[in-house]
Amino acid sequence: MTDTTFATNPTAPAIEIRDLHKSFGSNEVLKGIDFHVDNSEVVCVIGPSGSGKSTLLRCVNRLEEPDSGQILVEGVDIIDPETDLDAVRSRIGMVFQQFNLFPHMSVLRNLTVAQEKVKKRSKKEAVEVARANLEKVGLGGREDAYPAHLSGGQQQRVAIARALSMDPDMMLFDEPTSALDPELVGDVLEVMKTLASEGMTMMVVTHEMGFAREVGDKLVFMDGGVILEEGDPREVLAAPQHERTQAFLSKVL
Amino acid sequence: MPLKRSTRRTLGRAALYAVLLGVVLLLVLTADWATIRANFFAPAGIGNPFVGDWGTWPDLITVGVKNTLIYTAVAFAVGLALGVVLALMRLSPVAAYRWLATAYIEFFRGLPVLLVVLVMAFGIPIAFQGWTPPGGTVGAGVVGLILVAGAYMAETIRAGIQAVPKGQTEAARSLGMSAGRTTVTVVLPQAFRIVIPPLTNEFVLLIKDTALLFVIGFAADQRELTTIARDFMASSDTAGTSTSLIQASVLYLLITLPLTRLVSWLERKQQKAR
Ligand SMILES: Nc1ncnc2c1ncn2[C@@H]1O[C@H](COP(=O)(O)OP(=O)(O)OP(=O)(O)O)[C@@H](O)[C@H]1O
Ligand SMILES: [Mg+2]
Repeated sequence: MTDTTFATNPTAPAIEIRDLHKSFGSNEVLKGIDFHVDNSEVVCVIGPSGSGKSTLLRCVNRLEEPDSGQILVEGVDIIDPETDLDAVRSRIGMVFQQFNLFPHMSVLRNLTVAQEKVKKRSKKEAVEVARANLEKVGLGGREDAYPAHLSGGQQQRVAIARALSMDPDMMLFDEPTSALDPELVGDVLEVMKTLASEGMTMMVVTHEMGFAREVGDKLVFMDGGVILEEGDPREVLAAPQHERTQAFLSKVL
Repeated sequence: MPLKRSTRRTLGRAALYAVLLGVVLLLVLTADWATIRANFFAPAGIGNPFVGDWGTWPDLITVGVKNTLIYTAVAFAVGLALGVVLALMRLSPVAAYRWLATAYIEFFRGLPVLLVVLVMAFGIPIAFQGWTPPGGTVGAGVVGLILVAGAYMAETIRAGIQAVPKGQTEAARSLGMSAGRTTVTVVLPQAFRIVIPPLTNEFVLLIKDTALLFVIGFAADQRELTTIARDFMASSDTAGTSTSLIQASVLYLLITLPLTRLVSWLERKQQKAR
């Protein structure tokens, strides 16, 4: 199925952000962010609590309304009022810290509902896609369960499968493992690694430095609403340039 | 020597029971049981099922209970639809909708239901000459119940919608669902689960409010339970007694008590699920 609702530019970076500002009331949370994610790149965003990581991520699919600046997704300006925001969003998978599965729907329905209502797929096709993605996250056979009956790790993998079922061009993760018991983190990270190895474009807010080092193509360190440092994860983690990056890393590593 | 603590407690209990017993005895001994029985439990009305005598129950049930349930069901269903619309209006991004809904809700919650029923029953036929709501005057009275019930249910439903976590909306929108689609498929179904107990309460209140339709003139087969019970005080096998009122009370309780039990059971279940 092809979306013709807007023209994407295949040569443009997946995400490009220019001079992004965002305030909540008098609290300026993003103070001029410039940054981009290339196709098939995995970008990890780290930084202390309250530094604006979630806000930045949520601006990319406009769950937060930016105050000024530009956000281009595959070359499409998503702040332009003429842009079909729902169509853009259906191409951007999003995974939340709290999973946010629909509790009144079975696992299968969680995965098919948007395919049918947004992508207008037939029920049969939607179910096929859903089954394949459940298999992929290691939860084939759990399709009739309800979210409340799954562990946190399983719920998060269902949430990833739900996002994947829309065949997104990129995935946003907001601390996907932070709400999980330590022994459940591995399964979720494993799924994310597989996605990365398949060439999925990913922007990941995380505290998992191991994941960033192993899987990330780029590491971004945010503090106080600005990007203080970015570069190859192995280099940044081994030899941070900025003193606040050093201070932060010495606390978490 | 001071009494032991446990002895004191036992004595205290005994005193409480003694007071209760005294009050009951006083009532039993001073009451005129023959008159009470004749006035509130006339055998002609209560009947005696052991010998196949059903008294006046069949009429009370086939007309009164039936109509009460019909009026309640209609008022609840339409009021619920109205409540959903008003709740969505109150949460609308359009200020005019919010303002209208708030004005409506405050207006109807601030009036006696009886007054609204009267205005509708006698006002609608005058205001809309040539148009009568289905059911005639009674239908117009039910419209009054609907208008008020809608206002109360709107507030209940709004609270239910707001109790659905914000993350649910965000997840739906991030999948590309429109705002309307999100409301229908994700928010409302969850909101309704939350508001089932308060809405059941609303249903019980409506059952009782249908008694207000009493103030409207009724055709014989349109009478709801309170009206028919009142009529039976004047003309029936139990005329001249209040037996029919007791019978109506029993019938109301048979409907409302299970429902209020259901509400507390649902509430306890929801509390546990939290
Ligand atoms: N909806 C909101 N309304 C008001 N203030 C907000 C809102 N969302 C976030 N903030 C504020 O914006 C700042 C940045 O929040 P953000 O969630 O982006 O930080 P974060 O880097 O993701 O932190 P964490 O690691 O704790 O998730 C914080 O000071 C927060 O209190
Ligand atoms: Mg955050």
